[in-house]
Amino acid sequence: MREFLDGATAIARGALDAGCNFFAGYPISPATPLLLHMIRELPKVGGVAIQAEDEIASISMCIGAAMTGARALTATSGPGISLYSENIGLAIMGEVPLVIVDAQRMGPATGGATMPAQGDVQFVRWGTAGGYPIIALAPSSVAECYSLTRRAFDLAERFRAPVFLLTDKAMFLSMSTVEIEQYEHPAVRARAQAQAAPAGDPDLRPEESFWPWRFDPIDQPPPFSPFGGEHIMRFTGSSHDEHGFLTKDPARVGQLNEHLWRKIADHAPELELVRADLQPDARTLFVSYGITARAMEEAVLVARAAGQRVSALTVQSLWPVSKGAILAAVGQVTGTSESAGHLGPVERVVVAELNLGDFRREVERVIYGWAAQTRQIAPEVVGINRVDGELITPGQFLQFVTSNE
Amino acid sequence: MTQTTITLTTYRNEREYPFCPGCGHGLILNALNHALIKLAVDPKRTVLVTDIGCHGLSDQYFVTHAFHGLHGRSIAYATGIKLVDPDLNVIVLIGDGGAGIGGAHLLNAARRNIGLTVLVFDNFNFGMTGGEHSVTTPTGGVTATTRFGNLERPLDICATVAVNGAGFVWRGTAYDKDLADVIVEAVQSQSFALLDIWELCTAYYVPNNKFSRNMLTTTREALGMAAGMISRAERPEYAHALRDAGAIQAGQPALRPDPLIPIFASTLDREFRLVIAGSAGGKVRSTAKIAGEAAVLSGLWATQEDSYPVTVKTGHSLSELIFSPQEILYTGIPRPDALVLVSEEGRRAAARYLAAMSAESWLFVTPEFADLETPARKLVFDFEAAGMRGARKQAALLMLSAALRRLRLFPIEACEEAIRRGQRGAIAEENLALLAQSAGVYVTCA
Repeated sequence: MREFLDGATAIARGALDAGCNFFAGYPISPATPLLLHMIRELPKVGGVAIQAEDEIASISMCIGAAMTGARALTATSGPGISLYSENIGLAIMGEVPLVIVDAQRMGPATGGATMPAQGDVQFVRWGTAGGYPIIALAPSSVAECYSLTRRAFDLAERFRAPVFLLTDKAMFLSMSTVEIEQYEHPAVRARAQAQAAPAGDPDLRPEESFWPWRFDPIDQPPPFSPFGGEHIMRFTGSSHDEHGFLTKDPARVGQLNEHLWRKIADHAPELELVRADLQPDARTLFVSYGITARAMEEAVLVARAAGQRVSALTVQSLWPVSKGAILAAVGQVTGTSESAGHLGPVERVVVAELNLGDFRREVERVIYGWAAQTRQIAPEVVGINRVDGELITPGQFLQFVTSNE
Repeated sequence: MTQTTITLTTYRNEREYPFCPGCGHGLILNALNHALIKLAVDPKRTVLVTDIGCHGLSDQYFVTHAFHGLHGRSIAYATGIKLVDPDLNVIVLIGDGGAGIGGAHLLNAARRNIGLTVLVFDNFNFGMTGGEHSVTTPTGGVTATTRFGNLERPLDICATVAVNGAGFVWRGTAYDKDLADVIVEAVQSQSFALLDIWELCTAYYVPNNKFSRNMLTTTREALGMAAGMISRAERPEYAHALRDAGAIQAGQPALRPDPLIPIFASTLDREFRLVIAGSAGGKVRSTAKIAGEAAVLSGLWATQEDSYPVTVKTGHSLSELIFSPQEILYTGIPRPDALVLVSEEGRRAAARYLAAMSAESWLFVTPEFADLETPARKLVFDFEAAGMRGARKQAALLMLSAALRRLRLFPIEACEEAIRRGQRGAIAEENLALLAQSAGVYVTCA
């Protein structure tokens, strides 16, 4: 069975099915439809949705709600992410499970409000002080808008961290046909809840019955207890000890910041999510994500129908960078010794995106870094880029296949 | 506040305040402690939300829940907490600095009448960063950033929130004997409650201005600002009101899949790209959606992408449709197979599609565009000749359905079904009638 719907509706449905029960947002093109969906739908499931006074309040309310036990969602576009910035930092520091949808628009400032764009890839990664890792997913079909929203909630709960869903006007607002059977329903894990610590433990304070910020092991988020719940909880955006008290003790501060890094970075391999469509001996590898991956996948069909060999990697998890999958696509397409001295038979990696090289620099970093480390010859990494508000066409990909033969 | 009561002799922990000698912060926190004791609130049902500034350290000295966030945002965090658990006691501790940078949140929390208790630790300057001026620095006040005396008029926080709907507004000082009682009353109030508590910053404002405790009163009087209870009117509390309003819908099914069962058939064997361009308010998008759903009802895949100016009731409205027997990957339309022009605004918006037309493509136009030069196969639909006058609002549906009858991409009955399942009442009736009329549209081939 099929239906006809847009990405915004699929994201709203993914959120509701993931147990989302709180939304705060501020109107902004092209993200507004998600605000409207959640305002309309959340009361039906006993949740709360509110139009806040601005983007700063939107994400602030979401953080307050999440720490009171809610599964919170917010949605905006690039200019709104600018205003979210300080609180993205708080969500990282306070280990707040939160899903942030960024329906990207073209260019800096108000830019092109209703033009498809993918210019926020580096912005969401580095959009707050301190430089700590975030998780970002990018759907490239309406069905993935649904399933990756569910996954985003799962990862937010699992890692107690803000998770971005990066999309754009074309993916978000265009109607598409979806096979209902195509929807994947990844499970959404429950936030690990605090258990009462043994009474009389000398490390506990009198009012405490758990350690809200004990990182044991260091790469795992601490168990959670909501405001209003069984355990007194002290939440803070400042460097804190295991009780949530401000500290400048170098050992504690170092442990906290190492924890925030390793919580995501140590788990990068399990966060990798790609769709690899690899052909042995293909000399060209396309890499793309989001709406642009659709043109790539069409180009691959056309090229192969014409007897050309080409590989393609659709990246669904942009952050952390899917290093393993990228290297596998370049270097392990074949296991033959023909490519000895080279990373693999791929001679050219073409990264296509609606920006001037946001993700290409990550692909370059991974491939050139690995080649240097292993003393092998790397394929060249080139880009297909557009910032004129138009989608990259299958023809732009095909030029690389033909010119390569 | 909640009804559960807990008897504690103190809500303070053993840690000592870190404030400067003579600072008023400790007095306010002591009053808060006494108020909590009198209220006998359950510390597990009480959250202190602190802002940034010396007072922002206060979350470390109580046995309740605590939330210490970013500068000026405490009221917004507290709103999120209250919206999820409306019966929690949520007490916000904010400085005059936070009231300034978080002014938008303060105003809107007052307007909403969200049931927070906000204590403003108001000492007329930024004590934590070196004594810079704040929104409440009195005119003439000397601070690190107003070295010749403050030229700005101080913000009357109480008057501002009171005029904007706060249910409980009080002004006093950290030295008032009844401060704890006022805090008790504020927490008990269901309304947004704000206490503007004036006090001394002995590190900066006092030495810079030879300021003293009795000058709190003379300064206030000179500024013409009120003291005591300034507003006391219970209005519906927002977090409860929002839940109550939403409860009417509770249990209704939320966004479920809406399957389109293919009860029609299509012989289309390749991708077909169609653009319809008309005017805002001309039902272009809803018409395109009917066609998209009709295609899916005929076993095809379809996509629809709309474009229109942000001022939605004026200018053009354009929809791109792709129909295909296979899944559609790339959704752009560099060159349409068919273009339907409904209005002059549509023609202008569709200029690049018009320029890309070839002898294989179809152009469907109203008589005003009969002379348009194009290599495409052009069909002119003349509603007026068919006796349909003043049909501008109906033109999109008439034109597209007439075009679809010609193109035979899928049965026109599929459009009827799309209207029946997606639209209701008079609108559905009108659109079904138009669909039937489109069979009789007079066509000239140019």
